[in-house]
Amino acid sequence: MSVAEFNGILTLAIFLPIAGSIAIAIFFSGNSVKWAAAVITGIELVITAYIFNTYRSSDGGLTLVDHITNWIPAELGLHIEYYLAVDGISAPLVLLTGLLGLVSVFASWKITHRTKEHFMWLLALQGAVIGVFTSLDFFLFFLFWELELIPMYFLISIWGSGRKEYSAMKFLIFTILGSAFMLIGILALYFSPGINTFNMIEIAQLIPQSELIIPASWLFLLTIIGFAVKLPVVPFHTWLPDAHTDAPTAASVMLAGVLLKMGGYGLLRVSSSMFPDQMLEFGWLLATLGVINIIYGAAITVRQSDLKRLIAYSSVSHMGFVLLGLASIAGTSSALGVTGAALQMFTHGTITGLLFLTIGFIYDRTHTRQIPELGGLVSRMPILTVSLVIAGLASLGLPGTSGFVAEITIFLGTFPAWQIHTVIGALGVVLTAGYILWMIQRSVFGPVNKKYSDITDASFVETIPIAILIIAIIGVGVYPSLISDMLVEGITPILNAVR
Amino acid sequence: MTLHELYLLSPEISMALLAGVIIILDLIFKNKKLLPIVGFIGLLVPLFFSISLTNADPNNTGFYSALIVDKFSLFFKYLIIFAVAIVLLISIEFGKKFGKIQGEYYSLVLLSASGMLLLVSATELITIYIALELTALPTAALAAFGRNGRSSESGLKFLLLSAISSAILLYGMVLTYGFTGTTYLPEIVVRIQEMIGTSENILDSGALLFGIILITAGFGFKISAVPFQMWAPDVYEGAPTPITGFLSVASKAAGFAIILRIFYSAFDITAITVDWSSLVAILSAISMSVGNLVAIRQQNIKRMLAYSTIAQAGYIMVGLAALSTLPGGQDHAGPAGILFYLAGYAMTNLAAFAVITAVANNNGGDESISSFGGLLKRSPTLTAIMTLSMISLIGIPPTVGFMAKIYIFGSAMDTGLEWLAIIGVINSVISAYYYLRVVKVMFSESDSALNTKLTPEFGTYTAAIVGFIGTFIFGIYPTPIIDLAQTAIKSIML
Repeated sequence: MSVAEFNGILTLAIFLPIAGSIAIAIFFSGNSVKWAAAVITGIELVITAYIFNTYRSSDGGLTLVDHITNWIPAELGLHIEYYLAVDGISAPLVLLTGLLGLVSVFASWKITHRTKEHFMWLLALQGAVIGVFTSLDFFLFFLFWELELIPMYFLISIWGSGRKEYSAMKFLIFTILGSAFMLIGILALYFSPGINTFNMIEIAQLIPQSELIIPASWLFLLTIIGFAVKLPVVPFHTWLPDAHTDAPTAASVMLAGVLLKMGGYGLLRVSSSMFPDQMLEFGWLLATLGVINIIYGAAITVRQSDLKRLIAYSSVSHMGFVLLGLASIAGTSSALGVTGAALQMFTHGTITGLLFLTIGFIYDRTHTRQIPELGGLVSRMPILTVSLVIAGLASLGLPGTSGFVAEITIFLGTFPAWQIHTVIGALGVVLTAGYILWMIQRSVFGPVNKKYSDITDASFVETIPIAILIIAIIGVGVYPSLISDMLVEGITPILNAVR
Repeated sequence: MTLHELYLLSPEISMALLAGVIIILDLIFKNKKLLPIVGFIGLLVPLFFSISLTNADPNNTGFYSALIVDKFSLFFKYLIIFAVAIVLLISIEFGKKFGKIQGEYYSLVLLSASGMLLLVSATELITIYIALELTALPTAALAAFGRNGRSSESGLKFLLLSAISSAILLYGMVLTYGFTGTTYLPEIVVRIQEMIGTSENILDSGALLFGIILITAGFGFKISAVPFQMWAPDVYEGAPTPITGFLSVASKAAGFAIILRIFYSAFDITAITVDWSSLVAILSAISMSVGNLVAIRQQNIKRMLAYSTIAQAGYIMVGLAALSTLPGGQDHAGPAGILFYLAGYAMTNLAAFAVITAVANNNGGDESISSFGGLLKRSPTLTAIMTLSMISLIGIPPTVGFMAKIYIFGSAMDTGLEWLAIIGVINSVISAYYYLRVVKVMFSESDSALNTKLTPEFGTYTAAIVGFIGTFIFGIYPTPIIDLAQTAIKSIML
């Protein structure tokens, strides 16, 4: 094996949770399992924070590189490298995964049913997702992309509620179908004369001068299907409400918080970086789909009476903003729209994570997620109410929260390029305000429901993840350049390639 | 016959002798449990000869060039010996059912294996035919070994259909011989080339192509490719579980080996390979689709794996179809990918069959998928092994099945068979549904009365763990096997 560069931090960040998962399987049982999981994800959070900070204090570019150039050498038919690094796009997402990993462990503190397995899958999932965000070898990227499926499948199908097995299978089949097309795209790229590498950085440079065996616009669409399913883009979104509604709280947090971001990250890392010409060509498609996502998602959300389903559809709407922001690549030279899109991914991760977390806690106590059956919870659970209100306000984009920063940046950035789209998309904000406020008003305020006279507020352990996420939301809200600076740094090379 | 020729044949001879030794020991020993152990240890002899042949001098043909011991045949010899070893391990637990006739069971397995060892080395049509029959006949007896209705049906079906396919194959060989005047594979290609361009160009007549189609059909039976797959579900379901594993792994590997050899040496002519390749591509697409779609509805796990094996044959044939259009001289993923896939499939599938043996034995012979219910509680290790096997069969990392599929589909993209690769990946998605059904059942809570701990016997356990480790390790670091496969395939590419 020839090692070009090896810092080991990213390798550690990927394999610590996976090794932890195996260690839990072998060495722990009973109550010590969740403490072990908490310690492992706690260390993981420190590592991801270190990665984030190292990138911040570096001078940009690829940082913390782990590069083994011949994991499988070229003489054996496929040249596969072990190539990990973070840049401005991935560093915030790695931190987000670290944050939500710890949050999801606390979110599942009260799990009593097959506790050990639950934490095993949760940790394995976290490792795989960090792998997706840090891989710069297309094959490795795809490997982690697929690796994440099985843990999530189990989390939904075993600890879920309702039609959990159906939802888990639907999630898996949709994702795997999307990634099947992506695989065709990846292989077509590799075998195009003149490319013959999976190295994403090199592919991006080689594409213009290579003779592709499938036309570039087809490759662009093939790879984008995988991301579109994940993000999700209407009409590939139908798995999401089912999966979210039936998933246990921790899985919902991870699903909305980081798994959807894999789609957005792919759009940036693959679609935008490797196919800049096609981005220009299909910008109208992305913008249109983005607007459809925003409006359609929001319109359906208004009708929902199940809290989780409501947040699930609102995610569809919010991911539309990501698409709209990305579409600004075509038509304007400013990095504002794309930065907004990337920022939206991070903020949506924290906001929706907090929403699912709070709703999960409320459900634990009231045993219902139906909004009409709730009401007046504020007098019984002030902490959870505050948490729901903050998350809700951030979700509708109140100034001072990270949601506002992301959405305003997207609108400012996209308006010069797609004026009509942006105007229609902005209507989505109105709808969002409508359903969020209506949801909050009906579920936690209003007349006190007698049924809930003896329920309790969040315990100390449950307050920890809530506090972590609120700090992240407000922190980025008042000091956005903490993240946006590095996003700009990561995005600038992509935009330079487009010009 | 020189001593050197005997040496070249030593793995086959020692394997056959081992079968004889088992029969004799069967008469002496009261404790039949020792037989598989003797067999297992005895496998070291053919293995030793195979290893020593690896470093033999370049003079590697014998018996008037009817036999060749090259890296290619040695790769398959290792694979077959590995499969037999695992099958013997699984049989320790299963074989107890056979009572007094255990000796015959083990010796028949070894005899069939010696036929396979010969088959992968044969370079002459008659030798190929004999080796093929030596492989098939003991298997037919083995399939009927359960001595119940199902098993007898399985054996008879295998025997009859095997005979028919042999007849078809023989007819194809006869046509080839009739037109080229030789049965030696390397000479066939020379003869055809000589005749191309002269007035008696045999490619114009179509008769040779007909012969080739018949040969393909004959081998299609061996590898259970559509439309020659009809025997597989019934035989797989009825045969004793270790034999099902043996059939699906070793028999299939030997079949692919001889197909590769024939079409790389005898018919390595562009005019032929182009037609042949499109034929294989179509059969491959049909095999994948039929196998996967029918597997969805199955309730018996062995029957499900029978259809899965048809689908898997389809995947491997993607690699075969990609062979013909390869520009020579370069390092390509395709041909080595077939060998890699077969090796990976062997580990994955044998691990699965080991688990099935253990579970079915504990449930009083129940082989339905639902009998796996709640297996997680009963044996977490077996559940983990079976889960990884199923994931590997779908082609999800971190498994050897994932890596192998990338190679196979990659070779299709490499050679302009994009449509076949697309059909392949869509089929993988379909297959996820039924493979995961097994996983789902294992992880679900069972309401059946069987909540006792399940501890498989040592042999079965070892077999399952070996398969599990192989599936996992080579899913992360496949380089050693691919390297071997590449050397192997280069030894038959001219």
